[in-house]
Amino acid sequence: MEFAELIKTPRVDNVVLHRPFYPAVEGTLCLTGHHLILSSRQDNTEELWLLHSNIDAIDKRFVGSLGTIIIKCKDFRIIQLDIPGMEECLNIASSIEVFLCLFSRIQVLQALSTLDSITLMYPFFYRPMFEVIEDGWHSFLPEQEFELYSSATSEWRLSYVNKEFAVCPSYPPIVTVPKSIDDEALRKVATFRHGGRFPVLSYYHKKNGMVIMRSGQPLTGTNGRRCKEDEKLINATLRAGKRGYIIDTRSLNVAQQTRAKGGGFEQEAHYPQWRRIHKSIERYHILQESLIKLVEACNDQTHNMDRWLSKLEASNWLTHIKEILTTACLAAQCIDREGASILIHGTEGTDSTLQVTSLAQIILEPRSRTIRGFEALIEREWLQAGHPFQQRCAQSAYCNTKQKWEAPVFLLFLDCVWQILRQFPCSFEFNENFLIMLFEHAYASQFGTFLGNNESERCKLKLQQKTMSLWSWVNQPSELSKFTNPLFEANNLVIWPSVAPQSLPLWEGIFLRWNRSSKYLDEAYEEMVNIIEYNKELQAKVNILRRQLAELETEDGMQESP
Amino acid sequence: MEHIRTTKVEQVKLLDRFSTSNKSLTGTLYLTATHLLFIDSHQKETWILHHHIASVEKLALTTSGCPLVIQCKNFRTVHFIVPRERDCHDIYNSLLQLSKQAKYEDLYAFSYNPKQNDSERLQGWQLIDLAEEYKRMGVPNSHWQLSDANRDYKICETYPRELYVPRIASKPIIVGSSKFRSKGRFPVLSYYHQDKEAAICRCSQPLSGFSARCLEDEHLLQAISKANPVNRYMYVMDTRPKLNAMANRAAGKGYENEDNYSNIRFQFVGIENIHVMRSSLQKLLEVNGTKGLSVNDFYSGLESSGWLRHIKAVMDAAIFLAKVLIEKDWISFGHKFSERCGQLDGDPKEVSPVFTQFLECVWHLTEQFPQAFEFSEAFLLQIHEHIHSCQFGNFLGNCQKEREELKLKEKTYSLWPFLLEDQKKYLNPLYSSESHRFTVLEPNTVSFNFKFWRNMYHQFDRTLHPRQSVFNIIMNMNEQNKQLEKDIKDLESKIKQRKNKQTDGILTKELLHSVHPESPNLKTSLCFKEQTLLPVNDALRTIEGSSPADNRYSEYAEEFSKSEPAVVSLEYGVARMTC
Repeated sequence: MEFAELIKTPRVDNVVLHRPFYPAVEGTLCLTGHHLILSSRQDNTEELWLLHSNIDAIDKRFVGSLGTIIIKCKDFRIIQLDIPGMEECLNIASSIEVFLCLFSRIQVLQALSTLDSITLMYPFFYRPMFEVIEDGWHSFLPEQEFELYSSATSEWRLSYVNKEFAVCPSYPPIVTVPKSIDDEALRKVATFRHGGRFPVLSYYHKKNGMVIMRSGQPLTGTNGRRCKEDEKLINATLRAGKRGYIIDTRSLNVAQQTRAKGGGFEQEAHYPQWRRIHKSIERYHILQESLIKLVEACNDQTHNMDRWLSKLEASNWLTHIKEILTTACLAAQCIDREGASILIHGTEGTDSTLQVTSLAQIILEPRSRTIRGFEALIEREWLQAGHPFQQRCAQSAYCNTKQKWEAPVFLLFLDCVWQILRQFPCSFEFNENFLIMLFEHAYASQFGTFLGNNESERCKLKLQQKTMSLWSWVNQPSELSKFTNPLFEANNLVIWPSVAPQSLPLWEGIFLRWNRSSKYLDEAYEEMVNIIEYNKELQAKVNILRRQLAELETEDGMQESP
Repeated sequence: MEHIRTTKVEQVKLLDRFSTSNKSLTGTLYLTATHLLFIDSHQKETWILHHHIASVEKLALTTSGCPLVIQCKNFRTVHFIVPRERDCHDIYNSLLQLSKQAKYEDLYAFSYNPKQNDSERLQGWQLIDLAEEYKRMGVPNSHWQLSDANRDYKICETYPRELYVPRIASKPIIVGSSKFRSKGRFPVLSYYHQDKEAAICRCSQPLSGFSARCLEDEHLLQAISKANPVNRYMYVMDTRPKLNAMANRAAGKGYENEDNYSNIRFQFVGIENIHVMRSSLQKLLEVNGTKGLSVNDFYSGLESSGWLRHIKAVMDAAIFLAKVLIEKDWISFGHKFSERCGQLDGDPKEVSPVFTQFLECVWHLTEQFPQAFEFSEAFLLQIHEHIHSCQFGNFLGNCQKEREELKLKEKTYSLWPFLLEDQKKYLNPLYSSESHRFTVLEPNTVSFNFKFWRNMYHQFDRTLHPRQSVFNIIMNMNEQNKQLEKDIKDLESKIKQRKNKQTDGILTKELLHSVHPESPNLKTSLCFKEQTLLPVNDALRTIEGSSPADNRYSEYAEEFSKSEPAVVSLEYGVARMTC
C-alpha cells in the first residue's frame, strides 16, 4: 500500500494555524504518510508536527472559498487550520479522514488484516535521532523481575508453559506460579479460567510474604463447575491455617449474570479458605462515555458554575477514580494490615484487575514509585499482563463511532497514580509530566511499546526488531530530567491515600491542559525547582569548604605540633 | 466563671468524624474560662476557644453515653460522648453561655494579655495607618481631598472619621447626599489608581423608593465623575441582583434612576445577600460532614449549595479590585464584623460568611498566581481564625465609632504585630519580588477554575489532607538556603584567615598561635549533615484556634514519620470489607 496514493494534495501554502493561548501562525501545510506538518519557515517559530495516529476526529467548515479544518486529537487538544481554496481543503480533509480510518478504526477497514495495518503505523518507519544506550526492549525481562523476590522466597517458580502462547494467548511466555504446581496442572486450570488466564503471581510483599495473584474469572457456568487444580493452585499460596481474600472487581449482581454466559465466581463451598469481596469497577463503554462527557465539559468555557459542577458530576469520572482507588487500597490493606494473600479478577482479568493490582503495588512497594520501578510495573502489569492497548486506545474522547472495546482504562490508572502523587508529592521519583507522557504514547507514538494487544501479537509483529522501545528514549538522561520529581525523597513506607471526594480533584494537567494558560503555574514550578537546585548547590559548596577548612586545620595542627 | 458548673469530666470519648466504624479516642474533658480542652490517652490536646463555637448540640442519649456535637466557626466539628447525662448537660449549658457573650467586655480580647507594654501595644495599633495608605495611592491630589465632614461621626456612624471625597464636592452636597443614602453611607473614595487617574468609590443604596431623587447626590456623583477626567463615563456597579434592588424600592430604598444621572452607566452584578450566603455555606458544610460521602453527592452538594457560584459572582464583580488590602477595604469601612461573625449574642439572621468569602476569593487568586502574593494560604487561614477568636481587638465591633467607644486600642491588642512577628510562617516561598510582573492580575473566572477550598473547610480534618506538604518543604528549604549562604561566608572567611595564617605562619608561628587559640575541631566540621538539620518546628503545645503560633502547617514530618500513618486515613471510605 502506497501512502502517496492517499495524499491528493501534499502541500498547501498560506495556511493559518490557530491554537488556544498561542498567536496564530501562517505557514505551509504538508501531509506525509504519518504526519501533518505546518511550518512557518521562519526562525524561532515552532513547527507543528502532528502524528496522524494522534487525530481522533475532524470537522470541516467553509466560508466562501476559505475552508476550515478542526482537528481533535487523542490527547484532547483541538487545533484549527484555515486553508485557502475549497479543493485543497477538501483534499486535505479527506486524506486525514483516510488516515484516521487506517490508524484508528483498524478493524473496520476490510482490505487489511488487523496486524497488517499495524505494520503501516509510524513506529515501523521511525528512525531515532538519538543514540540508543540501553535497548528498552530488554530493560525489564521477566527473569530479572523474578530475581528481585526469589531471594526472599522459594515458594515460587517461573513457568514456560505458555512459551508458544498456546495455553493463554494473552499471557506472556514466562509467568510466575507456585512452585508446587506443575505445568500440567496449569494447563488444566487454564481451561477453567476466562481466556486461559490461570492465576499467576502479580506481587510479592517482602515484609510478610503475602502475595497478590491475578487471573480471569472462573468458568463455573450455571451448574457450578469446579476445578480441583484451580483450588489447589490458589490454596498453595496460603500459609497453614491462614485465609485469603478473593477480590472480584464486579458487583455480585454482575458476577452472577456472567454465569449464564459460562463465567462466574468462586463458590464458598469449593474455596472454604477464601473470603470473597465484590467491588464494582466499571468497564468498556461506560468508561469511554464518562471520558467523552468529561472532556466535553472541560472544553466548554461558557458553562456557568452550576452547569460545570453538574456536568463534572454527571461524567462520573471521579466516581470511577474513587472506586478504583478504594479497591486498590482494600487490596493493599488485605496484604499489609490483614496479613492475607489475595486473588484479584473481574471478567477477563485484563482491565479493572490490572488497575487494582498495579495501584496496590504503588501503595505497597516503594520501588514502583521510582522511575525504573514504575516502568517495570507498566511492563509487567500492563504490557506483559495482556492489557489490550491496541483496542482500548484506538480512539479517545472525540470519537464518533463507539466501539465496545474502546475504554480509557489505562488513563484511569494514570489518573489514580496522579491522585496518589498529589497526596504524597515527595514519595515519587517521577513527576506529573511523566504520567502525561505515558498517556500520550499509549494513544499515539513513534515507539512500538504500546502497539498490539498482548505479547503474542507483539511477537508476531516483531516489534523488538522493527520498532524502537519507548523506554530506550525515556531512559536517556536528557529526557529523564524532564520527568524527574525534584521533591523526591525515597521512603520505604506503605502510603495510604485518602479516597474522600474532597481529596480527589480533577486532573487539571490532563483535562484542562489545552483550556487555560498554565504560564503562571509553570513559572511557579520553575521557581520551586530553582530553590531546590540552589539548595543542592549550597550544600555541596558548604561541604567542600568544610573539607577545605578541615584540611587546613590539620595542616596547621601538624605544623604546630612538632 | 459563673457559667461553669463542671470543670472536668473523665472517660469522655471523642468520635472520629468520618469514621464509618465509629472509631474514637477516650480522654478527659476540661472546661476553662476561655477554652474547652480535651486530652486523649496519648496526651494529645485539643483546645477549642469558646468564641469559636458556633453551635452546641446535645443528641439523644445512647447506650455509651450522651453525645455532644460542637461545631466551630473555624470549621472544626467535634463529636464527644459523655458517659453521664448530667455532666453532658452541665457542659452543654456552660458552653451555650460561654460561647455567646452578651457584652463586648466579656470577649477574650479584653482579658488576653500577651505581656506587651503600653507603648508596644500602641505601636501595634499604629502598624497600619490609613492616611499612609491613601498617600501611597497618591491621595490627596488635585482631584481628591480629605473631608472632615464625618469628624464626629455626625454624618455617618459606620464610616471612619477621615474620608476622601472629590475636591469640588462641598460640605452641603455631602450632607445632602448622605441623607439620601442608606445609613448615611454617601459615596467616598475607596481606591485610587494613580497611573490611570481612576477611582473606586463606594456607598450604600439610595433611599429612592419609587420616585424620590436628590440633587445633592446627583451632584456628588457628577463631581466624582469629574474627578476621573480620563474616563468619559462613570460606572455604577450595584452588587445586588436587580430583582433584590427593585424589591427594596417598596421599603423606600432602591437604586439610582438613570434618567437623573448623566454620563453614568449602571450595572447590576448579582451578588446574593447575606442570608443566601449564610445558608449556602451551611449547606456546603452539611454535605461535607457526611460519612462515606460519594463523589456524586459531593458534587451535587457543591452545586446545590451554590457556594462556588457565589464565589465566582464576587470574583467576577471584583476582578478590577484585585489589590487586596484588608485593613482599608473592610475594617475601616464598616463591614459589620460583630454581627456578621456572631461574636455577640445577637440576631442570628445578621451572621454571614462575607469575609470568609473574601478570603476565599483571595485564595483563588493565589492558586492562579502562585508567585504574586507575598503571603501564603496559612496567612489567610490564620486571619480567618482570628476573625472569630475575639482574641485581638481588630475585628471587634461593627465600625470605627463603636471601636473607639470600646477603647479597643487601650484595652485590647492588635493582631497585625503578632502576625508580623511570625511572618516567616506566612510568607509564600515562591513569591516573586519582581512585582512589575504582577501589577494588575487578570484572573480567569471560567467555572473550572473554582475549586473547593479543602484546607479551609476541612482544616481540622487532617485525614483528608495530602500527607506531604510541598509548601512546607520549600519554605524550610528557603530558610535553609539563607543559613547555608551565611555558613559559606563564615567558612570562606575562616579559610582565608587560615591561609593568611599559613603564609605568615612560617615567620610568626608563635604569635599566631596566641591570636587563634582554639579552632573548631575536625570532628564537628565533618558532621555537616547533622549540623544543618533545620530547627525543628516548635513542638510547643498548640492551642488550636487561638495561638498565632498555631503550627498546624508543620505537622507533616511528625505525622509522616509515624510507622503507621494509615489507620486513620483508611478508615474513611476504604476499609470496609463486605461480602
